[in-house]
Amino acid sequence: MNTKRKTLKMPVRYLMNAVLVALLFVGLSYLTQNVLSTYQNKVLLTVGINIILAVSLNVATGYLGQLPLGHAGFMAVGAYTCALFTKYCPLPGGISFALGLALACVVAGLFGVLIGIPALRLTGDYLAILTLGFGEIIRITLNNIDDVLGFKLFYGAKGLKNIPKYSNYWNVFLCVVITCFAIHAMMKSRHGRAVLAIRDNEIAAESCGIQTTYYKVMAFAFSAAFAGLAGGLYACYLGVLDPSTFGFMKSIEILVMVVLGGMGSMLGSILSATVLTILPEATRSFESYRMVVYSLVLILMMIFRPGGLLGSYDFSMSRIVEKIMNGELFRKKEKEGEDHE
Amino acid sequence: MKKMITRRNFLAAAGVVAAAGVLTACGGSSSSAAASGAASGAAASGDTIKVGVLGPLTGDVSVYGQAVVNGATLRLKQANEEGGINGKQIEIISMDEQGDPTQAVTCFTKMCDQGITALVGDVTTAPTLAVAAESADYNMPMVTASATAESVTYDAETDTVNGNVFRATFTDPFQGVKMADYACQKLGYTKAAVIFKKGADYNEGLAENFVKEFEAQGGTIVDQESYSDGDVDFKTQLTSILGKGPETVFCPNYYQEVGQILAQAESIGLTVPFLGGDGWDGLEGYATAEQLKDSYFCANYAKGASADFESAYKAEYGEDYPNGFAPLGYDAATTVLYGIQAAEDAGLEAGSDEYKQAVIDAIAGGTIEGLTGTFTFDEHHDPVKSTAILTYIDGKPELKEMF
Repeated sequence: MNTKRKTLKMPVRYLMNAVLVALLFVGLSYLTQNVLSTYQNKVLLTVGINIILAVSLNVATGYLGQLPLGHAGFMAVGAYTCALFTKYCPLPGGISFALGLALACVVAGLFGVLIGIPALRLTGDYLAILTLGFGEIIRITLNNIDDVLGFKLFYGAKGLKNIPKYSNYWNVFLCVVITCFAIHAMMKSRHGRAVLAIRDNEIAAESCGIQTTYYKVMAFAFSAAFAGLAGGLYACYLGVLDPSTFGFMKSIEILVMVVLGGMGSMLGSILSATVLTILPEATRSFESYRMVVYSLVLILMMIFRPGGLLGSYDFSMSRIVEKIMNGELFRKKEKEGEDHE
Repeated sequence: MKKMITRRNFLAAAGVVAAAGVLTACGGSSSSAAASGAASGAAASGDTIKVGVLGPLTGDVSVYGQAVVNGATLRLKQANEEGGINGKQIEIISMDEQGDPTQAVTCFTKMCDQGITALVGDVTTAPTLAVAAESADYNMPMVTASATAESVTYDAETDTVNGNVFRATFTDPFQGVKMADYACQKLGYTKAAVIFKKGADYNEGLAENFVKEFEAQGGTIVDQESYSDGDVDFKTQLTSILGKGPETVFCPNYYQEVGQILAQAESIGLTVPFLGGDGWDGLEGYATAEQLKDSYFCANYAKGASADFESAYKAEYGEDYPNGFAPLGYDAATTVLYGIQAAEDAGLEAGSDEYKQAVIDAIAGGTIEGLTGTFTFDEHHDPVKSTAILTYIDGKPELKEMF
């Protein structure tokens, strides 16, 4: 290859991506207002919430290389935090919703630190069991706390009602963008490289002077905080919360999205969250066979593409533009193996 | 390190993608057809009336969902066979929400897009709450067959009734009151004891209200005993009850535990009749005829109360009705039909706001003759109805009377 490769400057890259996001936003908002029915808009909202969940779990699973099974627990923490805040906050709607979501992030992130410190001494299946236990503790606590402490706040199995329904297409889209940007920026930074180093070889990373515990807990808390954000959006989308929603199966559902999309690929998580949310709805005409279709897609995927939809590939607008600038787009062969960022 | 993509792998992957594409395309086209159908459907709804039936047909709670949906569908089909409502046929739009509140709400929205005028559903409490919150925006008449939680129809926090939501089943507190009334008025008991499981909505709800009503009726509660989840030895509590000499014991628990309680009561010599709630359904397999002598319990529906319904169900689905949820689904559909009949009689346009309000008003003020008794709705939109009181003849439950 030639020695001087043309590259883009960082501000240009950001500008390009911002334009892309803006275009996507305009396109989608045209769709929501003119083409899609109320029902399809509702599905789109759930897609957005699931994208945040999948992308945030991807931090702990794909980038950090752990297997947490308690993501629904963090979502529950965020959901109840945001629900209670917005419900009892006297401030006007938009402000209280924004504060509620921020609070949901913070509280879920704190829980992430709390669980992360003991949990991340463990790896593999031990960590999976511990986080699974955490998720269940959250659910059972929410179910019983009112009875035990004798107040009426969470309403347990009776369901927390009258949560203001602030979530709409605009703020969910904004949250998706913020989440993706924050995670992307984090992963491109020194912290992100440290996290990846820990995933690839923890001992080697430690010997290079990376504080493994610190970075593991940080990534874990980061993941938890965005799960909390998704929870907050969910609470204000549905208007009703019930602890049984945040059971073990919810965590598995999110994990399936990440694994199917390809661990460590943000675009993969986004795609598979979209596909797996729309698929059961789109196959409603198959009636009770639709869940078979869903499972079949999963099985086929795992047989033929065990690495997930996109493997570890991540989309990068600037990379493509750079390739075009250097006239490399269609000379794939020579570039093989250089794709890793 | 990247693996080379072999031709075989490529073909397989392409096949999967194509299959998925076809599937989503099918679904996509059908849903868009439905969406466009909604627009034209609303305009041309002169000939059919669309009614939604929502429940978990798959998933953990499908055993209830299928019963409710089958029961409701049977009723709506019967209405069609009888010539519909004022000549208009009912179009049933039934959907599966898998017991998930999120799906329940999307399903409900889809039904609204398709132009339903009323909804039978949902089945379990959590999805019903979510749908109730959503349906308020549409003022959609909605009758749940089986969600017993008070908060489904009435919001204690703000002291408001969910105007558009009704239920066909009786609530937990209602059963306690009914059994207390029956014990006093029909059985003539004046001294009763209670044994119930602590920490469970159902058991506590029944016990509390039984005690309150029994005392209001002039009886005396001589002893109240409770136990915790997982207990198997009840002799301490039963001995205490025996010492107080009650004429009857109210035991509002589920049948497995009731079986153990009855056996242990017999072994310590406590042989007074027991009373219970609808959790006793299935008790006959756990207790002897001797233990069950003169015992009574209440239920929404007593097997054999409507031979017509049971044979119709069998003819339609090829199996006996599975549990008490099927008749409740049937009654929920009857309630919806009652409301629609009134709105049709008033000559309103199906799907319009006045139409929905007319359906709601009719149900709120109406008297519905259902399988589970004839009922009206009180100010909290709970049914006020007679309860099936069952007793045991030779250890088998038999309908004693409607009360």
